[in-house]
Amino acid sequence: MSRELTYAEAIREAIDLAMARDPRVFLVGEDVGVYGGAFGVTDGLIQKYGAERVRDTPISEAAIAGVATGAALTGMRPIAEIQFMDFITLSMEQLVLQAAKLRFMLGGKVSVPFVLRTPAGAGTGAAAQHSESLENWFVHVPGLKVVMPSTPADAKGLLLASIEDPNPVIFVEHKLLYRTKGAVPEGYYTTPLACSEVKRAGRDVTIIATSLMVARALEAAGQLATEGIEAEVVDPRTLKPLDAEPLIASVVKTGRVLIVHEACKTGGFGGEVAAVLAESAAFDYLDAPIRRLAGLDIPVPYNRDLERRMVPQVEDIVDAARRLVREAR
Amino acid sequence: MNDAFAGLSAEKLQEMLHQMLLIRSFEESAEQLYFQGMIHGTMHLSIGQEGSAVGACAALRAEDYILSTHRGHGHCIAKGARAGQMMAEFFGKETGYCRGRGGSMHMADVDTGNLGANGIVAGGVPMAAGVGLSIQMQQQDRVALVFFGDGAANEGAFHESLNLAAIWNLPVIYFCENNQYAMSMSIFKASKVENLSERAAAYGIPGVTVDGNDAIEVYRVTREAVERARNGGGPTLVEAKTYRWKGHSKSDKQRYRTKEEVKEWQERDPVARLAQRLLEAGLLDEEALARVQVEVEEEIAAAIEFAKESPEPDPATILEGVYA
Repeated sequence: MSRELTYAEAIREAIDLAMARDPRVFLVGEDVGVYGGAFGVTDGLIQKYGAERVRDTPISEAAIAGVATGAALTGMRPIAEIQFMDFITLSMEQLVLQAAKLRFMLGGKVSVPFVLRTPAGAGTGAAAQHSESLENWFVHVPGLKVVMPSTPADAKGLLLASIEDPNPVIFVEHKLLYRTKGAVPEGYYTTPLACSEVKRAGRDVTIIATSLMVARALEAAGQLATEGIEAEVVDPRTLKPLDAEPLIASVVKTGRVLIVHEACKTGGFGGEVAAVLAESAAFDYLDAPIRRLAGLDIPVPYNRDLERRMVPQVEDIVDAARRLVREAR
Repeated sequence: MNDAFAGLSAEKLQEMLHQMLLIRSFEESAEQLYFQGMIHGTMHLSIGQEGSAVGACAALRAEDYILSTHRGHGHCIAKGARAGQMMAEFFGKETGYCRGRGGSMHMADVDTGNLGANGIVAGGVPMAAGVGLSIQMQQQDRVALVFFGDGAANEGAFHESLNLAAIWNLPVIYFCENNQYAMSMSIFKASKVENLSERAAAYGIPGVTVDGNDAIEVYRVTREAVERARNGGGPTLVEAKTYRWKGHSKSDKQRYRTKEEVKEWQERDPVARLAQRLLEAGLLDEEALARVQVEVEEEIAAAIEFAKESPEPDPATILEGVYA
């Protein structure tokens, strides 16, 4: 059975199921308790599980990451929350230099099974220090996994898979997706990590998108269909490790690819996807250059119109895909 | 046994002396092997600081955890690691504690509760709060002791971790080895407080300063902190004042301190001091001391032999251990 839940509700349900099932799982972060999390994701969990397992912290992002690392190292399964992804800059040492590398540095003798949830993305008028999409920083770090769900059903299944995973997982949520609704299966299920999914099939152009951009790509694909252009939308879901085969297979089929993400273009995840495709069998099937549509290389502006222009919109995706399809061989 | 030995048995005291001699010998040998080109990279020697490592670990049980520092060979030995596997790690061999992947700065022996040295100053300090929380939530009869230096006490992570451990009443001992210098930066230039333990007041937890070159006193104050932590009394900040005889690492020209200062501290040698006290109290005779010294030399020689003869890691395994 499935019913409609919001993305935020789906994440809460996953946390609830994991906590009910495994006493090692606990929440730790700023305002995750009575406040319910800055975006209400953990609402009600403190009433159900108590302050011991839903732990409010002082504003101490380095300590939150340290607590997750140290507790995971010694038998617990923490779910840490960093209130805005921007604030993860304050946790970097523990995440990058400790959590990610401990297993390798110690000769494979330990594991660090935690999930760090954090909301990314612009569109809330919160300006440059509360709107960033920094996922690719973590993609670059061996030892970390990076997950970015785009739908409520994926958010639930991927979060449960992340909690089960024996590695540190950076779980990047999107603020604008929290209120979006979708069918979500009931009960406990996992959606495997490192498993890209075709969200809409099509023959003319492949759109590879992440997080909020998947929703925008699907909307764009609907508009393109009215023009007779069938776009295939593929969502990697896990950025690291990347399941590249479905992306390659799609591009082999369509011969054209547009990569869409919200994070700044330079050094963004799209560059990695483009390189993977260029190195793959898909290269010989390309009928047009690989194209990227991404955030402008600027801090997120406050002004409503400027903020909107900084991030790819549905019309930008439609336009870019249309041009790609119409380009001569 | 009178209180001069903090209730430690003769056997335990002899074991502590053995460990201190072993640490001294291990590090002197490691340095020689480095000069001979047998070991590459760098190393941070704790010669002169053996009293704090051994005194602190003597107050812990086998199942207790430690988190260590870049100057961590002493902690590793004091918590129960074997010299052979440590030396093999130095040599980068497959039989080393970290399969040759970590080296001196990441020396760990999870089986004896050592969760690892750390290449980052204060790197283990935030994690220690997590280990303490883990112990508390699993209701284990354990404590976590995190070693760090005077340099780490000026990292922001120190503040976040101590505060968190304080408000959550975590079973963590914050053990500061104040060896007077953060690389070249004197603690007298880096802090306005006379004793770093005074900072405990900012977190509402006990703080105590001890002569780090007196292994028995270190044991006495650490035991108190450990008992407090074990009995639900929360964290303690212990400051052990000590001194590193050698430079910070292998590149140090030691322009920031005088030879006289080094000499002055060498006269307070923690190893010789413990040996002397045991001899004076009749808990050890010259013959037994000589025997311990021979044992230590043999142990180190065997460790070097083991390291030399151990296989290099198989290049085919280079990708192992990144993910579980």
